[in-house]
Amino acid sequence: MNKSLLIGTRKGLVVIDDGSEQRHISAVHFRGTPVSAVLHDPRDDAWYACLDHGHFGVKLQRSDDRGATWTELPYPAYPPDAADDPASPPATLLLWTIEAGHPDQPGVLWCGTIPGGLFRSPDRGASWELVRSMWDHPLRKEAMGGGYDYPGIHSISIDPRRSGSMVVGVSVGGVWRTTDDAESWQLATGLRAAFLPPERMYTPEQQDVHRIARCAAAPDVLWVQHHNGIFRSTDDGRSFTEFTDVTPTTFGFAVAVHPHDPDTAWFVPAEADEVRIPLDGAVVVTRTRDGGASFDVLDDGLPHAGAFHLVYRHGLDVDSSGNRLAMASTTGSLWFSDDGGDHFERFTADLPPVLCLRWTT
Amino acid sequence: MDRSPEVYASSVTKVMFAKAVRRHVECPDEQVPGETLRDVLNGYFDRHPAVRSYIVDEHGAVRKHIAVFVNAQLVNDRTHLDLAMGDADEVHVFQALSGG
Repeated sequence: MNKSLLIGTRKGLVVIDDGSEQRHISAVHFRGTPVSAVLHDPRDDAWYACLDHGHFGVKLQRSDDRGATWTELPYPAYPPDAADDPASPPATLLLWTIEAGHPDQPGVLWCGTIPGGLFRSPDRGASWELVRSMWDHPLRKEAMGGGYDYPGIHSISIDPRRSGSMVVGVSVGGVWRTTDDAESWQLATGLRAAFLPPERMYTPEQQDVHRIARCAAAPDVLWVQHHNGIFRSTDDGRSFTEFTDVTPTTFGFAVAVHPHDPDTAWFVPAEADEVRIPLDGAVVVTRTRDGGASFDVLDDGLPHAGAFHLVYRHGLDVDSSGNRLAMASTTGSLWFSDDGGDHFERFTADLPPVLCLRWTT
Repeated sequence: MDRSPEVYASSVTKVMFAKAVRRHVECPDEQVPGETLRDVLNGYFDRHPAVRSYIVDEHGAVRKHIAVFVNAQLVNDRTHLDLAMGDADEVHVFQALSGG
């Protein structure tokens, strides 16, 4: 089966065919419409696309024939009694991430939204229910908006060893972990927020986690790109340790982890919170291959000067081999590396701003 | 002018959608009975369920960047929609212009 790359852009879903022929754009779906999240569900081969129509709200689409036809599904919507303030009930502003459930739970999907609700579908997206155990949790109400006006869930990392066990990342709201199928939650410790007052820096529920990625072969290991640092957990998300000696910076959004080697992870740094462009105009990827003891700066094939590319949190992915990277920017460039980042090649510089991308499996 | 619901209990309103909406979801012009704007819109959504989420959010409020006009007058109320409707009335649904 041919491997594809699904790219959610500000102007549609772009599909790259990466099979036996030369890499090429094989289709564009939802032309002109922002695509905020994509998923290939390996359990039934379905594709999902989360749309952000702006004027007309968010929408969810599924294809059971690899994009030949699409079916609009109900979007995850907030019930009226979810209101913190009865005068302004929450409404779904963005579908930020969508994930397949554990293989033991066929048909189950999870969706993370802005303004911060986690939703579960038991039936391939035909219906959705707000996860009240998290939404009604007193610490959820401590979450804050980051780049958006409201908090949002951008990462849902299923533990492949156990159904009902997963880790959820909230910006700005910390790392949430459940082992009982979202009946109860614990917040991760060890994350540090430089943007908080000193006495609040380690408050678990106010950490600005930008993205969480888990090693498939060693699921106890999760890497986090945080607003002000790079962190790793080796205990299934219970606690995290920070890495501060990383050049050029520890600010960024994206992280990818080698599926077979928990010591190997990639990051795409930007200059700083207040300057979200590459340091000195040079695009680089940082990679550790020794569990964070050291980080390589990879730049072969990437712009060395004059560049303004920013890679969003869902803009970097590694395939199931662990060698093939795809990375795309808010200024419309898409790069591939077939050797784990040693060399990159720009496939195109003509895409719309890229919001997310993902390999099919 | 008396626009109380009693007067217009059997009224029918013409509902029309801008091209920008029709691009995403099928929403033909229709004559829809109803005493209030909400009755009319809900009557339209009952006939065309796919249109509902494009125009109103999950709580029934008109989306922030949707503009509803009754007889060329913009309806500023997005939540109650209790404006009484009459037989010759026309509802136009537009999208606000923004972005790039």
